[in-house]
Amino acid sequence: MATDAGMTASVSRDPMTEQAELRINMGPQHPATHGVFRMVLTLDGERIVDVTPHIGYLHRGSERLAEGENFQQITTLFDRLDYVANFNNEWVYVRAVEKAMGVEVPPRAEHIRLILSELNRIASHLLFYGTYGLDIGAMNPVMIGFRDRERIQHIFEGVTGARMMHNYFRIGGVKEDLPDGFTPAVRALLDQLRSGYEEARATLTESEIFIERTAGVGAIPPDDLLDYGVTGPVLRAAGIDYDVRKADPYSIYEELDFRAPTGQHGDCYDRYMVRMLEIEQSIAIVDQALTRLPDGPVMGRVPRIIRPPQGDVYVHGENPRGDLGVYLVSSGGTVTPYRLKIRGPSFCNLMALADMVRGMYLADATVILGSLDIILGEVDR
Amino acid sequence: MTAGDRPEQPATPSPIEDRVREIAADNALSLGYSFDELELRVPRDAVAELCGALKSDPDLNFTYLRCLSVVDWQDELEVVYHLASLNHPHRLVIKTRAPMEDPWVPTTIGVWRGADWHEREGHDLFGLEFRGHPDLSPLLLYDGFEGFPGRKSYHIPEQVTFYGD
Repeated sequence: MATDAGMTASVSRDPMTEQAELRINMGPQHPATHGVFRMVLTLDGERIVDVTPHIGYLHRGSERLAEGENFQQITTLFDRLDYVANFNNEWVYVRAVEKAMGVEVPPRAEHIRLILSELNRIASHLLFYGTYGLDIGAMNPVMIGFRDRERIQHIFEGVTGARMMHNYFRIGGVKEDLPDGFTPAVRALLDQLRSGYEEARATLTESEIFIERTAGVGAIPPDDLLDYGVTGPVLRAAGIDYDVRKADPYSIYEELDFRAPTGQHGDCYDRYMVRMLEIEQSIAIVDQALTRLPDGPVMGRVPRIIRPPQGDVYVHGENPRGDLGVYLVSSGGTVTPYRLKIRGPSFCNLMALADMVRGMYLADATVILGSLDIILGEVDR
Repeated sequence: MTAGDRPEQPATPSPIEDRVREIAADNALSLGYSFDELELRVPRDAVAELCGALKSDPDLNFTYLRCLSVVDWQDELEVVYHLASLNHPHRLVIKTRAPMEDPWVPTTIGVWRGADWHEREGHDLFGLEFRGHPDLSPLLLYDGFEGFPGRKSYHIPEQVTFYGD
């Protein structure tokens, strides 16, 4: 019995009670799974009794591949993990190597990294905004979200030469200085983003249908979220104030004035709202960083061949999806890492999915999955 | 600080050092520092119980398992637990080792449910058994995949090392 594109089902009937439990396979090519993700849903009528997630369709062995490449080359692998937040990924990796080697990053490079990463956070949340609208059945948000995201990526292209997969952050700084006219271009972009944000709010945030679909859906107790290692907007939506930029500040975040928005109910609507409020905060962060952007070199003093001393470091940063961690083991004197483990926030957030959808309606499954905003490139690595 | 140097010990030792030593008691093989992180080495038999004690201790309260990694040291497999507390500014690294001939460690899924997929990944890629884990079916690899691609002994034919030694 085929029900829908990408869905196949089988019925098992219990002769004692004549009650049927339906098992539905959703994905891996289903549009609502945002990539190659598959889940097997067990249904009792419209209610979800259980769910088994299946991942690994995009497993490329990034961690093992990294063991065969030298430290500068590995940045490209990080671009391909969370492919809608490339800068944020690159940043955590280069910080890990910089910590292992004790490299100082010049202030201008820190500012450039921060500006680009925060713009990337906005771009990532705008992508979420658009696709989440589609998940719910609203067609307008994707137009607004992608229009503004494209404007951000236009800036990225001007700086790095690529819309995505930038490979722009270097161990000790960034590849090259910003192009002429960067500051006025970003200022103009921020104005566009602010007006786009108002438009976005009027379209989805205050839509009664959207609120009906998302409010009170998919909430689990905050302690359970913590137990699963859920981080990022999903955790903050439940009222737990954990943002790496605040809890374990890195770069120049301590000197900037911003807050980490939190929700109260932990449902899908709060997760959406936290991301929307983060767009506001990121605009404010970029604004401040542009004002204080210093002159100077964009690369620190780094040896030509990177050979971190023996030892291991764990460095993490606040990615749009949560706490991205890099565990780097160096055996000392080699130009390749001995071991590189990536703690992907999507990977950990996805573990809590089963708890969130159990007992909900089938139609809520896509709403809840969408609210986690997973990127399979980082789940599967 | 020039590139290449690194501090063996942070300027201020971790305030939880004594408390961790107290809880670990005889189980601690060593307690030291790696960069700014407090690092505790324990034998594998004690690791699950110890994690539970560290989580439930009100002064430490390590409720957040940041990361669980497996490292292949050729003759031994090492499991590294990165812990953090959200209501205290504390962090801790726990390390334990299992010999390659008999690769198992106890599961910590009873302490943090978030250990689930990390442990399945470790089983997939390194062939390390997390004893007591309810479901160690393949997670990242497909059913029927042969070998443990995370291990150093696993040969990747296409891999070219450019500057390797």
